[in-house]
Amino acid sequence: MSILVYANTAINKVHKSAFEAVSYGAQIAEKSGDKVTAVVVGNADNLDSLGKYGADNVVHVTSDKLDDFQPNLIAEAMQKAAADNNSSIIIFSHDLSGKSIAPILAAKMNAGIVTGAVDLPQTDGDFIVKKAVFSGKAYAHVKINTATKIISLTPNALEKKEFNKSASIESKSYELADSRLKVKEQKIQSTDLPLTEAELVVSAGRGLKGPENWGMIEELAKALGAATACSRPVSDMDWRPHHEHVGQTGVAIRPNLYIAIGISGAIQHLAGVNQSKVIVAINTDPEAPFFKAADYGIVGDAFEVVPKLVEAAKAMNHD
Amino acid sequence: MKILVCISKAPDTTSKIAFTDNNTAFDKNGVQFIINPYDEWYALVRGLELKEANGGSVTILNVGGADNDPTIRKALAIGADDAVRINMEPTDALGVAKQIADYAKENAFDMVLCGKETIDYNGSQVGGMVAAFLDQPFVSNASKLDMVGNTATIERDIQGGKEIIEVDTPFVLSAAKGMAEARIPNMRGIMAARTKPLQVVEPSAFENTSEVASYELPPAKGACKMVSADNPAELLELLRNEAKII
Ligand SMILES: Cc1cc2nc3c(=O)[nH]c(=O)nc-3n(C[C@H](O)[C@H](O)[C@H](O)COP(=O)(O)OP(=O)(O)OC[C@H]3O[C@@H](n4cnc5c(N)ncnc54)[C@H](O)[C@@H]3O)c2cc1C
Repeated sequence: MSILVYANTAINKVHKSAFEAVSYGAQIAEKSGDKVTAVVVGNADNLDSLGKYGADNVVHVTSDKLDDFQPNLIAEAMQKAAADNNSSIIIFSHDLSGKSIAPILAAKMNAGIVTGAVDLPQTDGDFIVKKAVFSGKAYAHVKINTATKIISLTPNALEKKEFNKSASIESKSYELADSRLKVKEQKIQSTDLPLTEAELVVSAGRGLKGPENWGMIEELAKALGAATACSRPVSDMDWRPHHEHVGQTGVAIRPNLYIAIGISGAIQHLAGVNQSKVIVAINTDPEAPFFKAADYGIVGDAFEVVPKLVEAAKAMNHD
Repeated sequence: MKILVCISKAPDTTSKIAFTDNNTAFDKNGVQFIINPYDEWYALVRGLELKEANGGSVTILNVGGADNDPTIRKALAIGADDAVRINMEPTDALGVAKQIADYAKENAFDMVLCGKETIDYNGSQVGGMVAAFLDQPFVSNASKLDMVGNTATIERDIQGGKEIIEVDTPFVLSAAKGMAEARIPNMRGIMAARTKPLQVVEPSAFENTSEVASYELPPAKGACKMVSADNPAELLELLRNEAKII
């Protein structure tokens, strides 16, 4: 038996979330004794690192049909790899690619699936996976009833463990159907980490008054090595791009640190960020609801506090 | 153009989340239900816009019990032509997707639109599963959809950015922010919705592949530690030495 992991690549690299998924699979395998097989589609120059996080072998699927992101075809390739490797557990990262591919595979294999896992499965007796539900306001423990089980792991949910194996790499060219979906144009916004995978996030809201004031937010983010995010009205007013909108109707994130500046802390905003490990709120209003959800707080004017924080962060980097 | 829009019922975003029956069931007491925002704001409204521009019909599909009918009527009030409810308490996404696909197979639609996820189960599962059961291309997290003849031009969110793709009908799409602007139903729509057809269909046989064993609320947060606005540097000290995250 084996555990099969889809290792997502971007810009010729196996992605950070893929290493987390491989490490997750390897941690399950520690108990079950299964072999861990990582499947990579497309080019990546860091395939070797998959062993570090626990892959025993790597199946590198080569097909010019897969040059573009083709969820239906990747699911087909995963199904073939699962059959080849006699896989009983299949792992994805719960990122934009996993969200597209994993459900297709579940339907094709009639396999029980849990998306957005936040912990290792409980395997004594029933097979139960914990996931966040109600936009982070609660957890569900979901039992999978089928022999083949599919899990997608929330990025940054678990510390990735190192196994330092040396994985063998094998190329496979599976016979795949023709895709009806043609990619015309790609607009890669940045080579930076996507918000969902960022460990540190600096976010700001309507309290900043206007888009011209984001310079200090970006500076703080840069000094800390953080990604930037914003509240919904800020993206609705086009002060910031839509992909920065976090919350119940935006992106849900769980970074190690979330700094909320000039954001009131409405329930719909908190729903997207309340899984963060540490939350900092900076707000002029001591009654702002965000302070109830925060671990650290500063009551103060962002226009005074943030520049001082930038200076302090820069000084810290020089220590 | 025949469009099927799948909607799910979800608790209002301000609902207090609590559980009953020894933490095995969501406590619906006092909870207001809405159409899942991604299904309503984006999938449904974009479907209606396409119908208005190109002709055709928008059918609403919901898998659920009779208590979902008011939610379905709201979608009709926003402008859908008719609705179908598959009469079954949903237990897992695969079961729901199977019912949707079985219905769609018999009623050949040009496209099946759904939201990218529900705000209760946060699964992001149904669209992809329906596509697989129908053996149709799945376009996930779409933020724009335009039609010329049978060809759709779609912008979708991918890891690190967006891309523009082309696909011919039929296909299955999950909708994200950007597709359309929410519509508020007017009085005429609400009146008309009362008499629009809502067909109840019995489910086909299926077996649960997964089920919720129990729910859990996160532990309560401790008190917020306050730092003086005069000395923000102390915050970074705490984040480094106490929280150990920077
Ligand atoms: C169905 C639904 C879904 C929603 N989904 C989302 C979502 O996904 N994400 C989201 O963010 N919102 C969402 N909302 C909106 C949400 O309810 C709030 O309206 C929104 O989060 C408020 O954004 P804000 O905190 O930036 O602005 P405001 O509520 O205007 O808050 C601004 C804050 O800035 C503070 N402030 C002002 N000046 C300063 C200063 N100089 N320095 C420091 N602080 C200052 C104020 O005290 C205030 O607390 C949703 C609403 C609904 C109904």
